[in-house]
Amino acid sequence: MILRARHLTKRFGSVVALSDVSFDLRAGEIHALCGENGAGKSTLIKLLSGVHPYGTYAGHIEIDAGEARFRSVRDAAAAGIAVIYQELAFVDELTVAENICLGTEPARWGFWLDRNQAQRRAAEVLARFGIALDPATPMRSLGVAQKQLVEIVKALARDSRILILDEPTAALAEHEVERLLAMLEELRGRGIACIYISHRLDEVFRIADRITVLRDGATVCTLAPAATDASAVVRHMVGREIGELYPRKARLRGPALLEVEDLAVADERGRQRLGGISFALHAGEVLGVGGLMGAGRTELLMHLYGAWGRRTAGRVTLSGRPVPGEPASVLRSGIALVTEDRRRFGLHVEESIAFNLSLSSLGAVSRGGLLRPGAEQKRNADCARSLRLKADKLSAPAGRLSGGNQQKVVLGKALLTGPRVVLLDEPTRGIDIGAKLEIYRLIDGLRADGCAVLLATSELPELIGLSDRILMMRDGAIGGRFEDGAAIRPEDLLRAAIGAAPRPGRL
Amino acid sequence: MRRRQFPPQSDLLVLLLVLGALVALFGLGTDGFLGKATLGSIANRIPALMLVSTGMTLLMVTGGIDLSVGSVLGLCGAAAGVLMVDDAWGLGPALAASIALGALVGSINGWISVKLRLPSFIVTLGMLEIARGLAFLATHSQTKYIGAAIESVGAPIAGWVVSPAFLIALGIVVLGQLLLSRTVFGRHLVAVGGNVEAAAISGVAVDPPRIWAHALLGGLTGLAAVFNCSRLGSADPNAGVGFELSVIAAVVVGGTSLRGGRGSVLKSLLGVLIVATLEAGLVQMGASEPVKRVVTGCVIVAAVLADTWRRRT
Repeated sequence: MILRARHLTKRFGSVVALSDVSFDLRAGEIHALCGENGAGKSTLIKLLSGVHPYGTYAGHIEIDAGEARFRSVRDAAAAGIAVIYQELAFVDELTVAENICLGTEPARWGFWLDRNQAQRRAAEVLARFGIALDPATPMRSLGVAQKQLVEIVKALARDSRILILDEPTAALAEHEVERLLAMLEELRGRGIACIYISHRLDEVFRIADRITVLRDGATVCTLAPAATDASAVVRHMVGREIGELYPRKARLRGPALLEVEDLAVADERGRQRLGGISFALHAGEVLGVGGLMGAGRTELLMHLYGAWGRRTAGRVTLSGRPVPGEPASVLRSGIALVTEDRRRFGLHVEESIAFNLSLSSLGAVSRGGLLRPGAEQKRNADCARSLRLKADKLSAPAGRLSGGNQQKVVLGKALLTGPRVVLLDEPTRGIDIGAKLEIYRLIDGLRADGCAVLLATSELPELIGLSDRILMMRDGAIGGRFEDGAAIRPEDLLRAAIGAAPRPGRL
Repeated sequence: MRRRQFPPQSDLLVLLLVLGALVALFGLGTDGFLGKATLGSIANRIPALMLVSTGMTLLMVTGGIDLSVGSVLGLCGAAAGVLMVDDAWGLGPALAASIALGALVGSINGWISVKLRLPSFIVTLGMLEIARGLAFLATHSQTKYIGAAIESVGAPIAGWVVSPAFLIALGIVVLGQLLLSRTVFGRHLVAVGGNVEAAAISGVAVDPPRIWAHALLGGLTGLAAVFNCSRLGSADPNAGVGFELSVIAAVVVGGTSLRGGRGSVLKSLLGVLIVATLEAGLVQMGASEPVKRVVTGCVIVAAVLADTWRRRT
């Protein structure tokens, strides 16, 4: 047993974030930690990695059977614990080698940076773990997945024995996920222990030796993957029966609303990014848009909304009329967008929930440019209720909500404009299962109300489960069309996305 | 990201407490500070600062800034002076011309910085030089003596303590606050300043609010220029040198963020009052000009520091 946590309890004021949690980790084990947001996963990690120092919690942490009393993150790092966070900690301006050596730079006479040795040391570590990456590469030129590998290598270069990965695959494409999981298996073979946190249960089942489920700050159970299945884990996580994950679908398809004919779009540098895209989106249907990362899903949605790219060919019409070219007018014409990048495009994080909900539809709660506070408050309260928003008061900053509730606010803002067409880009990214189910319910509600929904998502089960029809994108074009939701197999979708036989393993 | 929760009005309360403390301090420390004469003279010295701080708050909420307000104050005053003295215009038309000129200069600032995507800091730094130069050209570097025609605006109303200028400025502060907190336009100012990309995706036309904020500030500066002339009964092309710094100081003391997205016109008014009270009080206590400046500078930095701390933890 390399790490043992006993009866950990952590309070923030009157809130109990962790209550009597025990957890252990063996050398050479991948131990998955599952739970909804707010279940206590992050708090547990923060105790184990010294973010919350010894003395601010009750209980004990033992490393190699000796009690560990971390006063800081440095103490934990010295004991061999490294955390790879969702938001990666890099200096983009530096090279791979410099990032790997960051904080432990080899120096002559204590201050003169020895670049050659840094280069050599980085190359040696990269080679040891079989990563084909030039240490002199500038960090900025790497993709998210490669940056993540560098981050892991950085930890390993410091002889870390316990890796903690917090949602490492949230921003990765399918084939990159594959590479990461392969690397973790390799590390497991070398005796490195890993705590793996992910909302994606297929990954968890693929890689974990044991699964511990947390709920409301307490451990629910620890399971062996062979002896359980995903729906049981979900049940433990949410603590209630969830029945059907995806709402049952009846055919509701009405007339075509949004029609796209032979669309081609170039980016700001004139590079052709989308081409030959044609489809019709009908009232009362969910049309799924799948594809690997970079296939052009987000670009397509952003372009339809008038927020990205220059059209070089084709037509986009809503009920026969051309769709305008900038967001304010597109929104007025009845098309709303829920963006993929919540914190950048979706929310004013420092402003109140109410401010965010109202922003796109101020016209409906004002007269002659003057706001009517009463009408606005009432409407926002109704909206929050129908979204089942979990917030004390709507005057609290939106940035303080959990990911799932933030997403509901973004969705609510779009819905308050009364759209006929809703473009959803990764509506469930990074949110917990409970919130996911509610977003699914809302999507199904839109469909039932006769809205046309264009749903872009990188999660195949979601794509299949929610869509009536599916378009798979590949390199900015449509790689495959799937007309009947029920008979679609994941392998076929992947083949359309990749343009070849899918890799084995995932899905 | 996690911030301690403060009641929404606590900022306002803190500013009021600081102002109260200053008044009490000077009231106890000097003779006659609390008298009608001193308080009245403070009130009649600040209308220009109140007006421009109101406009500056609205602009800074959008994430913009205008460094040219001091020069524009000089330019508009000079124009009003030339019109009234050389061309024998009445106060009303000259006032309108001054406001229009200010709004024009503001619109130019706004249009260049927004449409051509240049930082307003740089654009208005250029305008600071241009407007000052024009002020000298318009007056041939001479101070224009206007006299009684304009002095009535800034002098106390008969039987009252305060001037028409102060009352007008107070009314505009109230209107400015209502514009910010109770109108769609105000919401858009905050949305654009807080996160311009999210505002655009939310269907806010992001350019007009920013250009209008510049124009509005320019117009208010034009009005302030006339108030400023009325205090001395003359138009000095040198008027308003360093004025932009007093304005920004007052707005920042009032808690408006330099990065945009957060601000309040009423709190800026309190910022104006705090800075003005401090200066008047120090004068009453016999502090020299250099000492006054050192103390005022310290208070500005302390105010911003306190504000940042309160938000951080």
